[in-house]
Amino acid sequence: MQAALPPWLWNLIVAVVKPTLILAFIGLNALLLIWGERKVAARIQRRRGPEVVGGPWGVLQGIADGVKLFAKEDVMPARADRWVWSLAPSVVFVPAAMVFLVLPFGALGPSGPVLVMRDLENAVLYLMAVASFTALGIWMAGWGSNSKYSLLGAMRAISMLISYEVPLVLAVLGVVLAAGSLSVVDIVRAQESRWFIIPQFLGFLVFYAATLAELNRTPFDLVLGESEIVVGYATEYSGIRWSMFFFAEYGALVASSLVAANLFLGGWHGPFYPGVHWVLIKTYALVFLAIWIRWTLPRFRIDQVMDFGWKVLLPLSLLNLTATGAWMAVKA
Amino acid sequence: METRELEEDRVLLRLNLGPQHPSTHGVFRAIVTLEGETIVDLEPVVGYLHRNHEKIYEHLQYPMIVPFTDRLDYLSAINNELGYVLAVEGALGIEVPERARVLRVLFSEFQRILYYQLFFGTLAMDLGATTPFLLAFRDRERGYDLMERVTGARLLYNYLRIGGLRNDVPDGWLRDLEAYLDYFEREAWPQYMDLLLRNEIFLLRTKEVGVLPSDLALAYGASGPVLRGSGIPRDLRKDDPYSGYENFQFEIPVGERGDSYDRCVVRLYEMLESIRIIRQALSRLPDGPVMGQLPRGLLKLPPGEYYQRVEAPSGELAYYLVSDGGPAPYRAKIRSPSFVHLQLMPHLCRGHKLADVIVILSSIFPVFGEVDR
Repeated sequence: MQAALPPWLWNLIVAVVKPTLILAFIGLNALLLIWGERKVAARIQRRRGPEVVGGPWGVLQGIADGVKLFAKEDVMPARADRWVWSLAPSVVFVPAAMVFLVLPFGALGPSGPVLVMRDLENAVLYLMAVASFTALGIWMAGWGSNSKYSLLGAMRAISMLISYEVPLVLAVLGVVLAAGSLSVVDIVRAQESRWFIIPQFLGFLVFYAATLAELNRTPFDLVLGESEIVVGYATEYSGIRWSMFFFAEYGALVASSLVAANLFLGGWHGPFYPGVHWVLIKTYALVFLAIWIRWTLPRFRIDQVMDFGWKVLLPLSLLNLTATGAWMAVKA
Repeated sequence: METRELEEDRVLLRLNLGPQHPSTHGVFRAIVTLEGETIVDLEPVVGYLHRNHEKIYEHLQYPMIVPFTDRLDYLSAINNELGYVLAVEGALGIEVPERARVLRVLFSEFQRILYYQLFFGTLAMDLGATTPFLLAFRDRERGYDLMERVTGARLLYNYLRIGGLRNDVPDGWLRDLEAYLDYFEREAWPQYMDLLLRNEIFLLRTKEVGVLPSDLALAYGASGPVLRGSGIPRDLRKDDPYSGYENFQFEIPVGERGDSYDRCVVRLYEMLESIRIIRQALSRLPDGPVMGQLPRGLLKLPPGEYYQRVEAPSGELAYYLVSDGGPAPYRAKIRSPSFVHLQLMPHLCRGHKLADVIVILSSIFPVFGEVDR
């Protein structure tokens, strides 16, 4: 089909279709996860959760929430930094969407084509670079709002970014070292006989903890910390702008679970079912784990989060990297 | 409040918390001075719930005041009523039947359990864990159903009377209460401890946070769990018994370091002691009337001053009544423990992080109906 079309038209079609697919995937996930998270939370808390709005078991709760958010008044703080403030939700949202570009969703058969938007050679580098962009948007929101609560939340976000990006990258580096490639597709292929979670279990723990911190989820949700700083950087946002943050949060949750499923849990490898099923099963298992943690644990304090990042996660990830390196050297 | 010299090169941020803020219990307002996230100073501002309580009393006959006392610390209505009716009964020398006296103890302690359940729930909520809050409400709901069957109300009971109780408990109620206590002691309480009080993050957040030395606690007139958390075993139920508390056996849990964790855990263990007291009350509950003989006509206190203190769940609650011989008090003053505890906030918070303010406030647990009166 590609040969029949002029290159510019093909590129245009690709440029429209791929982002649309990603946005549709995030949108669908957000709609279902709004409902899913509330249902899981309700189970944990001995409630029944959303039931009234939208179909059986309230599955369309997400749509009802969306309609409510769209209908809300868009209020901008009087002394906000206009451009920074209005751009911030997009800057938070776009990186969460861009992550999906390099993540494989499965493979058609053991050696068949891989379902991935773009198999970048340095995909892991790209992932790390893009994911940390979110903090920029959070800082823009915090600064642009001209509110003290927002500013405190944004300051926390930045300090957390610095302390958690390092162990995150080091934990992923262990996987990269073991697979010998920066491409996510190659990393998944390297896990055909054994998932990386087994040799890299320490790395997985560090990665998961750091991911929760990057996502600002409990127990590291002090960027939002509603009991202290209202909702942190999002305090001054309402309606559709606030729902952009919301979408980004769920998008990033699914994205990071997908990353973990691909890097550590063997991606599409698994018995009986086709690869796509396995990728989704693993991803949503990790999403469920994050929801479970969120509704069980209290939250850390800012200095304790810093301590945990620098004094626990960083040494652990270094240890993991060193051990992996030594093992690779011995094997070679 | 002491004044302090602020160095020139420090960048300080003044942050207003409340009176409408997601975590400030009721309508507490604090003006916090921050350096980064560290608290340099904190100034509590109260008065947003002031309702002229004490002035209103001057215009009400003595029996009419009872429902107003409910609204002091609205979570411990029975304890508030008890303090007030004891003050009037003491002034008039009214004999209260034994059954009413034991039932008063029983209800006071039951109220204390319900009170600390809410404390547990909001504490978890302030730390960002929402599930314990709903567990606490699961148990409170059953407790309030029990209270409703006796008093007809769920929060503000208007149940105690000068001279006794409004009505006896309905048939079978005592058995249901016992079943509830068994459930709470065996299932709910251990769950509370496992879910929150032994959680590693909870320990990190509360240990060594907001340490209240025992001498400072005494100097500021702290009482109740706040004082006992600092290691001083002072409890009016033992030190100045009323309503027959001297006949009950129970321990006074005390903390060691006086930090937020101690203040929290002391309350949790007091729930067990309250259950013990209620069990004793159930075993020795005599038959008989629940209302004593009152003097005929309008109740008039002889001219003079009357003071009665009780151990409310929040601390030492006291009523000071001045009578000129008329049917209403000439002047009434309430010593509310939450108000006294609130002035500790700046001392406990200085040097800690912003997030600790919420934990410290939670561990003190002021109820603003009582602070502002």
